[in-house]
Amino acid sequence: MIKGLFFILLFYFLGEVCSVLVNGFIPGSVIGMILLFLCLFFKLIKPDMVRDAATVITKNMAVFFVPPAVGLMAYAEVISKSIWAIALAIIVSTVLTIIAVALVQENMEKRQKSKRVNG
Amino acid sequence: MYIYLNMEKIETIRALLHGDVFLLGLVLGSFLLGIWLYRKLKVPLLQPLLVSVAIIIPVLKVADIDYETFYEQTRFLNFMLGPSVVALGYVLYEQLEHLRGNVLSILTSVFVGCVVAIVSVLLVAKLCGADKVLMSSLAPKSVTTPIAINIAQSTGGVPELAVAFVVLCGIFGGLVGPLILRKLKIKSSVARGLAMGSAAHALGTSRALEMGAVEGAISGLAIGIMGVMTALLVPFVERFLL
Repeated sequence: MIKGLFFILLFYFLGEVCSVLVNGFIPGSVIGMILLFLCLFFKLIKPDMVRDAATVITKNMAVFFVPPAVGLMAYAEVISKSIWAIALAIIVSTVLTIIAVALVQENMEKRQKSKRVNG
Repeated sequence: MYIYLNMEKIETIRALLHGDVFLLGLVLGSFLLGIWLYRKLKVPLLQPLLVSVAIIIPVLKVADIDYETFYEQTRFLNFMLGPSVVALGYVLYEQLEHLRGNVLSILTSVFVGCVVAIVSVLLVAKLCGADKVLMSSLAPKSVTTPIAINIAQSTGGVPELAVAFVVLCGIFGGLVGPLILRKLKIKSSVARGLAMGSAAHALGTSRALEMGAVEGAISGLAIGIMGVMTALLVPFVERFLL
């Protein structure tokens, strides 16, 4: 557990350093995630070293969202002022995203299969 | 010996209510209650996160605790957002086998979804007269919260607003996603899982798990890919649309 936490913090730190180098263009945590994935993929570290900590942390991720979500309280006025723009934007965009991803993936898979059959 | 109260003790207890022990306990306790309610009632709208927030806000109001104090005392949970994103790197690695043979199609469809998500949310918001800060807070609404916070922070949005929009988007996507996929007659499990995870992150994934194990795993994978692509694309798209 401590080993896993250590490696996660190490990659987080390396990610933050890289983030500074690219002027904060990509968040440090995201770079840390990519670095961890690459190191696992190229077998530079063993999955056993991070499994426990990573599983516990990601399984309980939602609870870490609570403090910022309570922050809604402080922004209730801003939200209620633009409620229509927010609601419309989220509804339209979410529906379009689901349709786009599902259709592209389904059609690409179909094409792959028919290629295999014909080729 | 008997217990008595004086003004000094009342003041000390009041200070305890503003302290980290009580406030961290309040978060965990209300979240536990949320998990229990979700399991008991199985109503998609009753996400543990929502229940927790719905309990905490009135408690803070009654106890006269302002948001800054609450945020300061629960900083530990906030800190964990970063490591939890890093830990997703392991989850991605674990689901690698689902990727074999599908890498190109998965990356393409999530990329298309990512462009559609960012462009459509920004365009609709702009047409409705939203300002720049609001638009920057809306842009990362389809990704998992810790990544959304980071994106909003680095593009001039408000992290708290971004979280609110991520949660709203997740609840809505989780509710309508299965209906849309049924209407479109999507047969591929990979396509269903990808759509849920890309559009509605962890909340979509919990609904995808109800469809099947493959849908759930692929949806989890989609959270990671969508997060990375959105982090990379938002700065570019905003440069054109803001």
